[in-house]
Amino acid sequence: MKTLKIEELSKNFGSTEVLRKINLEIDEGNFLVLLGPSGCGKSTLLNIIAGLETINEGNVHIDDYNVSKVEPKDRNIAMVFQSYALYPSMNVRENMIFGLKQAKVSKEKIEEQLEKVSKFLQVDALLERKPSQLSGGQRQRVAIGRALVREPRIFLFDEPLSNLDAKLRVEMRREIKKLHQQLKTTVVYVTHDQTEAMSLGTNIAIMNHGVIQQNDTPENIYNKPSNTFVADFIGSPSMNLIKGNLKESSNKVSFITNGSNIEIPINGYDFKEKSNLDNKEVFFGIRPEHIFFKKSNEEDFEINLRADLSEYIGHEQIMTFNFENQEVLAKFPSTVKIDLSKNTKLFFDLTQISLFDAKTEERI
Amino acid sequence: MQDKTHSSYKQLEQKSKYTNMFLRWFLYFVLVIFALYFIFPLYVMVVTSLKTMEEIRQGTLLTWPSGLNFDSWLVAWGGRGYGAGDTFLKPYFWNSIKMVVPAVFFSTFIGAMAGYVLTKWRFKGDKWVFLFLLFGCFIPYQAILLPMARTLGVLGISNSVIGLVLVHTVYGIPFTTLFFRNFYVSIPSELVKAARIDGAGFFKIFFKILLPVSTPIIVVTIIWQFTQIWNDFLFGSTFSFGEAAPIQVALNNMVLSSTSVKEYNVDMASAIIAGIPTLIVYVLAGKYFIRGLTSGAVKG
Repeated sequence: MKTLKIEELSKNFGSTEVLRKINLEIDEGNFLVLLGPSGCGKSTLLNIIAGLETINEGNVHIDDYNVSKVEPKDRNIAMVFQSYALYPSMNVRENMIFGLKQAKVSKEKIEEQLEKVSKFLQVDALLERKPSQLSGGQRQRVAIGRALVREPRIFLFDEPLSNLDAKLRVEMRREIKKLHQQLKTTVVYVTHDQTEAMSLGTNIAIMNHGVIQQNDTPENIYNKPSNTFVADFIGSPSMNLIKGNLKESSNKVSFITNGSNIEIPINGYDFKEKSNLDNKEVFFGIRPEHIFFKKSNEEDFEINLRADLSEYIGHEQIMTFNFENQEVLAKFPSTVKIDLSKNTKLFFDLTQISLFDAKTEERI
Repeated sequence: MQDKTHSSYKQLEQKSKYTNMFLRWFLYFVLVIFALYFIFPLYVMVVTSLKTMEEIRQGTLLTWPSGLNFDSWLVAWGGRGYGAGDTFLKPYFWNSIKMVVPAVFFSTFIGAMAGYVLTKWRFKGDKWVFLFLLFGCFIPYQAILLPMARTLGVLGISNSVIGLVLVHTVYGIPFTTLFFRNFYVSIPSELVKAARIDGAGFFKIFFKILLPVSTPIIVVTIIWQFTQIWNDFLFGSTFSFGEAAPIQVALNNMVLSSTSVKEYNVDMASAIIAGIPTLIVYVLAGKYFIRGLTSGAVKG
C-alpha cells in the first residue's frame, strides 16, 4: 500500500500548462522533497495533494483511496505554509486546536493532544500569546504544532523555512529532520533550496516546467543525474558540462573536444546503452569537487589547465580554469596556493563523471 | 580641498544652523496662517449662533457675543412651539440617524463580503465583476436619479427612510467593496488555505479569521460611508419630502423657506447641529482612519 500515489496528473491554469502527466508514489514513512526552480509547478502539485487546487486530469490516491474529489479537511493531511498562516486574531492555543474543534473532537481529547504536542515542540509556555508576539522560529514551531495535533497521515510542507534567516533555517531544518525521525509520518516537502532537499529527503523529485525530471534518492540525484537540468541544478557550483565528442576505437571509449589533442579515456563508465558511441556529441560532466590538485587515486586523469579566476569563500576557494575555451570550475581548500594565468596540473576523478547526450540532454 | 580648515567648517556649520532655524520659523508661520484661514468660518458660525438678532445687526461678523446665549440653538433643535410652518431639526435628526445607521451597516457588511469573495474565492470573470463595481464609483449621482426613483416607486418605498437606506446602501457598495478588496489583497491567501484544511467553511473563515483582523478597514469604511450618507443632500431631497426628509434637507428648508426676517443665529446653530455627528465620528475614529488607509503597506 502506497501512502500517496499520483497518477498521470495534469493541471493547467487557462492555457498555461502547469503540470504534465505527473506520476509519483510514496511509501509509508518516507520523506519526499519536491525540488525545483520557482514556477516549476511544485507548489501547485502540493496544493493539489492537499485538495486546495482542482485537477484537470489524473488522480490522487491516499492509502489506495482516490481522494481526487475529497475536501481538504477530509483527506487526513496537514499543511505547514511558508508564511506560517497562523490565524492573527487567535492565540497559540486557539490556533492549534482550531482544526480539532471544527472536526468536533471531544474536549478531553483536544486538551490531551494540545498538551502532548505543545510539550513536544516546546511551545507550552507560549499558549496564551498571539502570533504577532512570537519570533519567526516560534511561529514556525506553532505552525508545525497546528499540523501535528491533527495526527495526519501525510504532512505537507510548503517552503516552510524560506522566511527564516540563514542561521535559524539551519536549526529548524535539523528540527524537522528530528521530528520526522521520531514520528515517522509520511512527508511531502516543497523547496527550491537544494541543501534542504538533500539533507531532509529520503527521496527527491526534481521538477522543471511541470515535469518531474528525476525522482530518486539524494545520492543518486547527486551522483547520477538523469539529465543536464538535474546535473546543473544540484551542486554548488554546479557540475561542469564540457562539450565534445566520444571516440570509440577497438572497444575503448574516450572523450575529445573539438580541435584539441586532449583525450580523456572513459573506462568503467556505466553506459545505459553501449552502442553507437563513436562520434556522438556529448556533454562531459564533472563536479568541481571531483577535480583535485593532487593525485587521489590511480584512475585520475592528469591535465594541465590555465587558472583564470579565484573566488575565496573562507573554508574553500572556487577556481575557474580554461579548458579549450570552455570554463571549468574546481573547488579546492583555501590553503592551496595556485597562481593565476599559469598552467596548473589538475586531476579529474574519472569514477565520478557523468555523460549526457548533447541533443537530448539525457544521461547516457 | 586641502585648504578647508577647522574654522571654515565652523562657519559653514553656523550658517546651516541659521538657515534651518529660519526655515523652521517660516514653516510655523505658514502653518498658523493656514490654521487661521480654516478655523475662521467655524469661528463665525459659533459666534453668530450665540448672538441675539439685535447683536448681529449692530456688530460685525467678528464681534464677540455679549454672553452665552443658547436660545437660537434651542429654537433650531426644538422649534418655537407654535403649530404650522415651524420647521426645526429634531425629528429630521432622528430620520437621519435611522437612515444612516442601517445604510452604513449594510453597505459595510456587503462590501466586506464582496471584498472577501473577490480576493479569496477567485472565480471565472471575477476581474470583470470588480471592474464593473469600480465603474459604479465613477457614475455621477445625477445619472441614477431617475432609474432609482422608478425602482423605489415599484418597490413602494419612495419617500420613506427605508427607501433612502436602500439607495445609500446600493450606491455605497462599490466604494466599500473597493476598500475591503484592497485590504484583503494584502492578507495572505495561505490563511484561507490553512483554514480550509482545518475544516472551516466559507462563512466561518470570513467571520472567524478575516473579520477579526479587519478593524482598521471597517473603521475607514464606516467613517467614509457615515460622512457620505449623513451629508448627502441630493438623494435626500429627490427621494423624500416633508416628514421623511433627512437632516440636510430639513436644514435647507429651514434656512431657505423662512418667510420673515433671516435669523442668522438660528441658521448657524442648525448648520452646526447638522455637522456635529460627522465631527464626533472623526474624533472617535480618526486615528484608525489614517492607520487603516496605510495598513496595507506594512505586514502584520
